[in-house]
Amino acid sequence: MASIAQAGHVNDPHDAHVGHHYTSTGLDNRKIAIWAFIGSECMLFASLISTYMIYKGRSLKGPFPHEAWTNPQTNQSFPAILDIPITSASTFVLLMSSLAMVLAHNAVVHSREPKATALQRLGGSSKLWLAMTAILGMVFLGFQAYEFTAFVHEGLSIRTNLFGSSFFTLTGFHGAHVTAGVLWLWSLFAIDVKRGLGPDDALNVDLSALYWHFVDVIWIVIFTLVYLIP
Amino acid sequence: MAHSADHGHGADHPPSEQAHFVQHHPSWKTYVLVGAILVLITAVEVMAFYTPAWEQSRIYVPSMLILSSLKFAIVVMFYMHLKYDHKLFRALFTGPFIVAGLTLVALLFLFGQLAIRLGVMG
Repeated sequence: MASIAQAGHVNDPHDAHVGHHYTSTGLDNRKIAIWAFIGSECMLFASLISTYMIYKGRSLKGPFPHEAWTNPQTNQSFPAILDIPITSASTFVLLMSSLAMVLAHNAVVHSREPKATALQRLGGSSKLWLAMTAILGMVFLGFQAYEFTAFVHEGLSIRTNLFGSSFFTLTGFHGAHVTAGVLWLWSLFAIDVKRGLGPDDALNVDLSALYWHFVDVIWIVIFTLVYLIP
Repeated sequence: MAHSADHGHGADHPPSEQAHFVQHHPSWKTYVLVGAILVLITAVEVMAFYTPAWEQSRIYVPSMLILSSLKFAIVVMFYMHLKYDHKLFRALFTGPFIVAGLTLVALLFLFGQLAIRLGVMG
């Protein structure tokens, strides 16, 4: 409640009672904070993507992302290392997790409405959609772990060349963000199982949803710039 | 999951804005439709990558950037609700995003990864 005093403005005493901390703008300070955080994350990922783009095509030795390479000293051949079908599948999984997340938020918002049919009960189950989002996030991380392992076995590590350094840093940072999002989602799921999430918790779910969708849009950019544009 | 006045965003908006928000907020059907559009665009991108005539043409990179930007905008507008949300949130996102984009382009020019072809004047 300290933040309410700092903001100096509460629209409705009942809202303050349930933990909505309004600012003088009439907006909740936690939502302003998450948007400011997302804005700062844009700058972080822009710097990582810039680094990747600057180093693109400047590696002196392979393996390379889109071209085969033969080591002149050992005569060992390396195929183009990026696996587009696998990454397309992981992109699909992340897009579906965003859909599940927005349905989880929708279910929490409408949790007090009566649900007559089995389909309505299924669609309105926040537990189902939160678990689905977290599981899809974990599947995405599994794809990434598989990709990283395959690259290392094929001779590309973070120390091999400029491509390896910038690629592992960029996608590794993204993977770390997905991991944080998955932990956040499971914690919401645990709260939902323990006491149930209702419309009063919609903002808490909304904050995690904004973070999760941001992680998704960053992957949309990475997928195009790193994987699809040679 | 029908349209309702009892929406989570309403909790963080003053009453006047809440009415505006509820009026314009999408239903779950819209979310599913948006998901299908995102999958479709991704499928087109991957198909373009595996179509030699497209992948080797001059329009390949611009078309990939346009499709990716479209997906980005759709997620931000519909899933992140920026289309319906308060203008302050829009400013908090688009401001740093524009600065980040300009920084990226400036760095690419600076390190010679982008060049403006002015043509040969003689």
